[in-house]
Amino acid sequence: MNHKTFLTFVAPSLLAMLLLIVFPVISVVLQSFHAQHEQVMEVVETCGPFGCTQTTSVNQEISLALQEEKPLGRFVGFDNYVNRGHLAFSEMGEAWRTSIGWGDWWSKVMNLPFYSAIVFTLTFTFIVTPLTIVLGFSIAIAVNSASRAIKGPLIFVSLLPFIITPLVGSLVLFWMVDARGILGYAIQAIAGNPDLSVKASTPMMWIMLMFYGIWHAAPFAFVVFYAGLQSVSQDADEAAMIDGANRWQRVRYVTIPHIMPLVTFVALIQLMDNFRVFEPLISFSAEAHAQSLSTYIFSDLGGETRLLNSAATTSLLTVLCVGILLSPVLVRTWRDFKRA
Amino acid sequence: MSTANPRKQPASLRIILTGFLVLWVIMAAFPFLWTLWGSFKVEGDFFSKANWVYALTGESTRVETGGSFTGDGYYGAWVTEEFGRAVMNTSIVCFCVVTISLTLSTLAGYALSRSTYNYAFWILIAALMFRAMPQITLVSGYLLPFYEWNLWGRLGTTIVVLVAINQPFSLWMMTSFFRNIPKDLDESAMVDGCNRFQAFRHVILPVMWPGVVTTGLFSFLLAYNDFPVAAMLLDQQNQTMIPKIASFLGTTQTKGNVMFAVASVVSATAPLFVLILFFQRQIVSGLTAGAVKG
Repeated sequence: MNHKTFLTFVAPSLLAMLLLIVFPVISVVLQSFHAQHEQVMEVVETCGPFGCTQTTSVNQEISLALQEEKPLGRFVGFDNYVNRGHLAFSEMGEAWRTSIGWGDWWSKVMNLPFYSAIVFTLTFTFIVTPLTIVLGFSIAIAVNSASRAIKGPLIFVSLLPFIITPLVGSLVLFWMVDARGILGYAIQAIAGNPDLSVKASTPMMWIMLMFYGIWHAAPFAFVVFYAGLQSVSQDADEAAMIDGANRWQRVRYVTIPHIMPLVTFVALIQLMDNFRVFEPLISFSAEAHAQSLSTYIFSDLGGETRLLNSAATTSLLTVLCVGILLSPVLVRTWRDFKRA
Repeated sequence: MSTANPRKQPASLRIILTGFLVLWVIMAAFPFLWTLWGSFKVEGDFFSKANWVYALTGESTRVETGGSFTGDGYYGAWVTEEFGRAVMNTSIVCFCVVTISLTLSTLAGYALSRSTYNYAFWILIAALMFRAMPQITLVSGYLLPFYEWNLWGRLGTTIVVLVAINQPFSLWMMTSFFRNIPKDLDESAMVDGCNRFQAFRHVILPVMWPGVVTTGLFSFLLAYNDFPVAAMLLDQQNQTMIPKIASFLGTTQTKGNVMFAVASVVSATAPLFVLILFFQRQIVSGLTAGAVKG
């Protein structure tokens, strides 16, 4: 296909991605180096019968004009990156010098919003991803051995947690684990503590969020592995059986190597999706106990004062983290490409 | 497979596997059934302080409304809070996103699958990286320019944004789908004197529908399920379903009508149930499409 025809075909799609993915990233970069204009203050002297008083107030006119002229705000270089809301160099140094023991240091670090967000996000990503793969694989094995007649309905039910809107799915789960919901009762009964509540306990909130993450993503892993299981070579399986391999050894040495490429694929997709974990934290109203990078950006963007510059800084740092996370995959793709 | 003796599972394994499956089915389906049942109760039963059994029997519902079931939640959501308008907005957004997104990605995916040059590879890698970026990071790039240019709050803006966010994924899917259509097909048409566009129009178009349906399904799901983009880019008037449900939560805790949220959650889930029912095979093939290609 020649260059010109190719361009005609891909132009609309490329244009959409350029305008609404590449340009926003540039906009994020620019915003992250700027801060809002300082209010222009002026001193007004009001004189009454009992003498004069000086009041400082915001000069709205000049402030607005400044805003109009330079909507991006004032250039501040890397200030946004090193301030308390983000990398917090001075606070980190302070914590390092003054902490008594690791526990103290850790609690100081977890008080910094960016660090607590990244700790939660990474914990979530690296706990949920492997467990999703394990659960998905187990479901695939179990469904695969079920009788043909019920496979269809089984797949239908299994797809539900994945296809249902994440915000809705997590709400449904959250209502059940509410202290007055059915699962909430069950947890209280098991723990023997009638005051136990997910809303009030940070560890329970984290566990519930990760439970949701696994519940939501397992169907995806299941479907991919299930498709992979259909193409396991029956000859190899039979040969292993004749060689005296037991059931477990056949799974371990025939099935698992066969679906290993699929595990890489699922892990890649799951890393991407878990790193952006967002909806469950909103549904669980978890902000008091857990903040992910996405919800941190979201809460900066919403609210009364829209902290666009702070959000942009977090966004850029998030994208860098994603880049680091995916770099092994990209390097491998590059090598494959070079070799091909 | 035949049920030859060595393949037959021992009873203990059968029981473990069946037990595990039953457990999983309960885990996957029960929350939705529970919420559906509970949506016809009053809040005092759905969140029962006294006894969880009330959620089944509807003790408070009988006291408050006279019957064991009540449609108050649905009435509140659809009539008082005008959930219907949000449904309308979601329908518009979904329809437009699916149509536009499919048109763009079909054309581009076809070209990407047929090009032998390096840049096709790089476009796909760029798309993969775009796919990895959390959507909310892009949203923070949109807000300032959209305010400045007065684009914020409109349905049209959100549609265009969702189309773009959807492109990377659709591109990958359509490309891998077109790779499975033999090149000989369009090349022989071109030997017969068609140009690229005629070959695409007359030879590829008739055979590409399964791939288009599958990609369309996932575009629909993305538009339907989207929360971060719609929540940040739409004003009150143009709100879609999912942000609307989220906004119920903010206000309901004080007003004491969580049941509006419950009813609207059930309403928003119903279309997806139907979707899975009819398109189960396409969803499964779509989920595995990327994996097979690697």
